[in-house]
Amino acid sequence: MTTLMLTEDETMLRDAARGFLDENAPVKNLRDNRDSGRAFDPGLWREMAQMGWAGVLVAEDAGGSGMGHRAAGILAEEMGLTLAASPFISSAVIAATALRGAATNRLSGIADGSLLYALAVDEGSKHNPQGTALQAEKSGNGFRLTGTKTFVADGGSANRVLVLARTAGAPGEADGLTLFDIDATRAGLTRQGKATVDSRDHAQLDFANVEATGDDVVGEVDGGMAAVTAALNAGQAAVSAELTGLCAGAFAMTTGYLKERKQFDTIIGTFQSLQHRAAHMWSEIEVTASAIANAGRVLDETPAESELAVSIAKARATKTAKLVVSEGVQMHGGIGMTDEFDMGFFMKRARVGAEWLGDYGFHAARVARARGF
Amino acid sequence: MAAFSDKPEVFRTEISAFINTNCPAVLREMPADQREICWGGKRWTFTSDAQRDWLTACAAAGLTAPRWPEAYGGAALSREQEKVFREEMARAKAPSPLESFGLWMLGPALLAFGTEAQKTHFLPQITRGEIRWCQGYSEPGAGSDLAGVQTRAEDKGDHWLVNGSKIWTSYANHADWIFALVRTDREAPKHKGISFMLIDMESEGVSTKPIKLISGNSPFCETFFDNVKVPKSYGDDMSSIVGEQNRGWDVAKHLLTHERTMIGGGGSGAASGVLGGRSLGNFLSSLEDGVMADPVIRSDVMELEVDSLAMGMTLERYKDMAKTGGVGHASAMLKYYGTELNKRRYELLMSITGSEGVEWDGPHGTLAPEWLRTKANSIEGGTSEVMLDIISKRVLELPYK
Repeated sequence: MTTLMLTEDETMLRDAARGFLDENAPVKNLRDNRDSGRAFDPGLWREMAQMGWAGVLVAEDAGGSGMGHRAAGILAEEMGLTLAASPFISSAVIAATALRGAATNRLSGIADGSLLYALAVDEGSKHNPQGTALQAEKSGNGFRLTGTKTFVADGGSANRVLVLARTAGAPGEADGLTLFDIDATRAGLTRQGKATVDSRDHAQLDFANVEATGDDVVGEVDGGMAAVTAALNAGQAAVSAELTGLCAGAFAMTTGYLKERKQFDTIIGTFQSLQHRAAHMWSEIEVTASAIANAGRVLDETPAESELAVSIAKARATKTAKLVVSEGVQMHGGIGMTDEFDMGFFMKRARVGAEWLGDYGFHAARVARARGF
Repeated sequence: MAAFSDKPEVFRTEISAFINTNCPAVLREMPADQREICWGGKRWTFTSDAQRDWLTACAAAGLTAPRWPEAYGGAALSREQEKVFREEMARAKAPSPLESFGLWMLGPALLAFGTEAQKTHFLPQITRGEIRWCQGYSEPGAGSDLAGVQTRAEDKGDHWLVNGSKIWTSYANHADWIFALVRTDREAPKHKGISFMLIDMESEGVSTKPIKLISGNSPFCETFFDNVKVPKSYGDDMSSIVGEQNRGWDVAKHLLTHERTMIGGGGSGAASGVLGGRSLGNFLSSLEDGVMADPVIRSDVMELEVDSLAMGMTLERYKDMAKTGGVGHASAMLKYYGTELNKRRYELLMSITGSEGVEWDGPHGTLAPEWLRTKANSIEGGTSEVMLDIISKRVLELPYK
């Protein structure tokens, strides 16, 4: 496998992304989004698309930049650093992966940023694709979809929805699921935005006899799990990367504060109790960064074997982010608790990222299964 | 001396053929837990003819120190070739022909700081397994504060007169020579008066005393120097001091970085011992049913597995970083994280094996002493607390005051 270090091209991509986001999407943008009630800045997304980010996983002949999963991870990581809000993971990573091999016009729509996708997979408070109960009943030549999807990231702003539905079998079974690609404005589909702590777009989607045709099916009927697995792996790796960037952002704020804050006439960063906790956090972030790089590499080079690598990354990123934001608030003291200060944004996004597409337990259990226990 | 091809695919074929031809089948078929490490040295007794033959063959081909230049007994392999060599060794289940502090520690120090004469004299003795070295760093009064060493070497014209004592000298009772930090200038600031000295353990006045540890084993010794005369020179351009006189701290620091990376390597779990190269999952499935049904144990094992695998990736990433520009003080992280992880692993193995694990001679073999041994991981080569100090001050640049 290629090195886990950044290659020269990847370093250039990272530096370019960092420069762009520092200037155009500092944490203040998230605050502005929240205060103005919007999920993301469409102008910012257009610029990201122009730079090839929206098409990072779309082949060049379909209008994308075809940079691959490691590159997608680097971009997600940089977005995590400043908490930049965009439909990047939902559209450019998850949908682009799910629709690979599908009609080219959809992929080019993803690549130019005009198609905004959301993945509607979960129905309860925990990630559980095979628990899907949402029914897709056969009706004539097509299907009628009835049921509810929760925690649909970017579900409020998306113009298309990938929805996992049950065409056979019972909830809990991996077989009998089908993935549909439908217009978000289709009759019978209602979307209810949920105000979540991270100030991003999360919605509940209610399907009441929503009509779908055979053309809307992605992959095979009853073979939806196969169709969605690659997309979930890619999405999980990207969320992990975003969380790792988030860790780096929160950690930089914290060490910056340790170097300037004075108490007892002393810079608090000289206190060994704080130094050792900071050094421990840094160690955790370094180990997690390796798992993130590895997941991207494996997705690019041996995607069929990516599940273990992705779950190691998501488990590590979830745990590390929780540590870093908790310590971040604690080391800032009272000011860390204020809304005026940015640390809270990191903590809230970390919590949502921890749940999105599988929490620590989900992924640790997957690692255990892959490792034979 | 075997010369291997530069072409990657040819190299793999050649090295694989070398291993298959020269490594006796009896060594390759030996179960991992029965393998004996070959340490070499004047007093070494080979456990079998096969062990001796394998060492001889590897040494002749430079493969006991594959990366060292051929002139010093190595095979001058590139990093990629070395990786292939290790892969082929693993594939053939061939044991390492030789392990020693000479290969791990003194060799790298001589390569970085030694004179040409020191290198040509000492390095081949190491690669052939003729001389076994030990490391004389810590003293009763100089542990974490290593630069506080008090063992002193007085200038007596043609020789140094060495007095003092060292502690935690690994296998000093089996070693032929010692590389030691000694104080050659008592007036200078403490980091500026230390020299890195090579001393023959057969010199009059050197004695050792094994220290019995909580594991029941005695891998460490106290080493005493009582008016030991150390020649200033072992020959032309061959001082008994490596590097500059009074600049031994530079050599020591260089080696400590090396040592920390190595100790941290234990953290990924590829370690020997009770796991014998098996994954934790593999080990668990060999146990009686039910242990893994305990939700607390199961949860701890899953977490450890995630962290171990991520640490393995980190070691890989850091190795590549070392190749392209060095990792510097960040190696303290590998040492800290790897050793703490290994301690966790053994605590968990003890939990998993329950009352069988606490038997000295139970069904899990040497698990109990191995578990006790891991407690030293986060002390030796710089404590976890010293590593955290290095990270916070050198990497994160948190203020001193």
